[in-house]
Amino acid sequence: MSSDTKKVLFGPVVDNNPIALQVLGVCSALAVTSSMANAVVMTIAVILVTAFSNLFISLIRNQIPSSVRIIVQMAIIASLVIVVDQVLKAFSYQLSKELSVFIGLIITNCIVMGRAEAFAMKEKPGVSFLDGVGNGLGYGAVLMVVAFFRELFGFGTLFGFEVFPLIQNNGWYQGNGLLVLPFSSFFIIGFIIWAVRQYKPEQVEKD
Amino acid sequence: MSDTKKKETFGGTLIFVFIICLVCAALVSISAVGLKPLQQANKLLDKQTKILEASGLLEKAGSDIVGTYGKFVVAKMIDLNTGNIIDGDTDMFDERTDARDETISIKPENDMAGINRRANRAVVYLVNNEQGQLDTIVLPIIGSGLWDLMYGFVGLAPDLNTVRSVVYSDLKETPGLGAEVLNPKWKALWPGKKVYNDQGDVAIKIVKGGAKQGDVHGVDALSGATLTSDGVEHTLHFWLGDEGYGPFIANFPNKITNGGLN
Repeated sequence: MSSDTKKVLFGPVVDNNPIALQVLGVCSALAVTSSMANAVVMTIAVILVTAFSNLFISLIRNQIPSSVRIIVQMAIIASLVIVVDQVLKAFSYQLSKELSVFIGLIITNCIVMGRAEAFAMKEKPGVSFLDGVGNGLGYGAVLMVVAFFRELFGFGTLFGFEVFPLIQNNGWYQGNGLLVLPFSSFFIIGFIIWAVRQYKPEQVEKD
Repeated sequence: MSDTKKKETFGGTLIFVFIICLVCAALVSISAVGLKPLQQANKLLDKQTKILEASGLLEKAGSDIVGTYGKFVVAKMIDLNTGNIIDGDTDMFDERTDARDETISIKPENDMAGINRRANRAVVYLVNNEQGQLDTIVLPIIGSGLWDLMYGFVGLAPDLNTVRSVVYSDLKETPGLGAEVLNPKWKALWPGKKVYNDQGDVAIKIVKGGAKQGDVHGVDALSGATLTSDGVEHTLHFWLGDEGYGPFIANFPNKITNGGLN
C-alpha cells in the first residue's frame, strides 16, 4: 500500500478524526453507543454509506451541475441509506429493530455530506472510495471506544457477555446509571478529544 | 469545478437531476421489493419466537421455531366487543393498522394503556402441550411506556386467571431502566400471579418497593423506571379488562372445546 493510500485510509482514524477533530457526526455517536454490538453495526453502515456515496459522487463529479450539487449528493446518500436499512431488516432483524431509526439518520450525518462535498467532488473515484472508508473507520473508532466504556460500566457487559455481574442479577456491580443515558457520550467524547490532543498537540485550535 | 460551470444550462440541469432521481428510485425500489420476502420471514419468525417464549416452549423449540410453532400453536381471530371467535387472516392482521381505521376500531372509554384507538379484532394464540391439551393462551398487548408504545404478549393458563408470562417484543424504553422489562429476572416474577380478585376485577399490579411475599397479584416494580412500570400495569389492566379481552375471557369456556384446537 502506498503511503498516499495509507494516509487517505487511516489518516481519519487519529490524525484527522471526523468526530474528534472535525467534530462532525456527534449526534448519532450519542444515540447508538449504549452497546458494542449496536456500535459495530452502525460503524459498518456508515462505512458503506460514506464509501459508496463518495464513489458514486466522484464518478459523476464532472457532470453534476454545481447549482444543484448538494441536492444531488443528498439524493444519492439518501438512496444508499435506504438500501442499507433494507438489507439490515432482511438479514439482521433484531438489530434493525433497535437501530432502524438511527440508520435513517445517517442521511443527516454530517460526515457523509462533508466528505462528499469536500473530497469526492474534487478527487478521483478510487481515492474517494478509500476516503469514505477511512472516515467511516474514524467515526467507528470513536463509536467503539465510547460504546466500550458505556456498555462495560453501564451494564457490566461487553458485546452482551457478562464482565461485571450486576446486582440485579445477584452480582456485585452497580451499573452506572449515567452511562446508560445517551448524553454520557458527551463526557466520553470530551475525554477522547482531550486524550487525542494530548498525544497530538498540533490538533489544538489556536485562540 | 470550472470546467463544469460552462456546461451548465437550465435544460441540462433538469435532465441531469431527472436521471439521478430515476437511478436512485430504481435502486431503492429494487432493494425494497427484492428483500421483502426475507424481511417478512424475519418479522414472522420474530413474532413466533416471542409467542413460543410467552408459552414457555422456546427452550424446547431450540432452533426449530417454525416447526414447533406449527405443531403447538393455533392462532384464532376474535371480535373483542363480543368475545366471539370469527374468521380472518391471522397472519396478515396488524392491530395498529386496524386501529387507524375508524370504521373497524373504537375509542376506548377508559384508555388506560394510552393506545388512543383499539381495533375491533384481535388474534389470540392457543398453545397446546405434548398431550394435545390446551396449555397456554397467549394474548397480544400494546400500551404506552415512557417513550413510545410497547408491544408484547401475556401468557395465561387455561383458567385465564393465572399468569404464565409477560413477554415484550418491541419497545423503545431506556436501556438499563425501562428496558429491564426484558430482564429474565424480572420476567421470572410473573408466573403464578393471579389476574383477577374474588370479585372478578383485574387486580394484578406493579408494587413500588417490592411486592409483599405471598401477594398473588403484586409484582415488583422496576427500580428507576416508574413510568415504564406504570405502563405495564395499565397495559395489563386495559387488555385484561372489559374493553380488552374481558368479553373473550368471560365467554372462553363455552367457545373452546376441551383440547382447545377444534
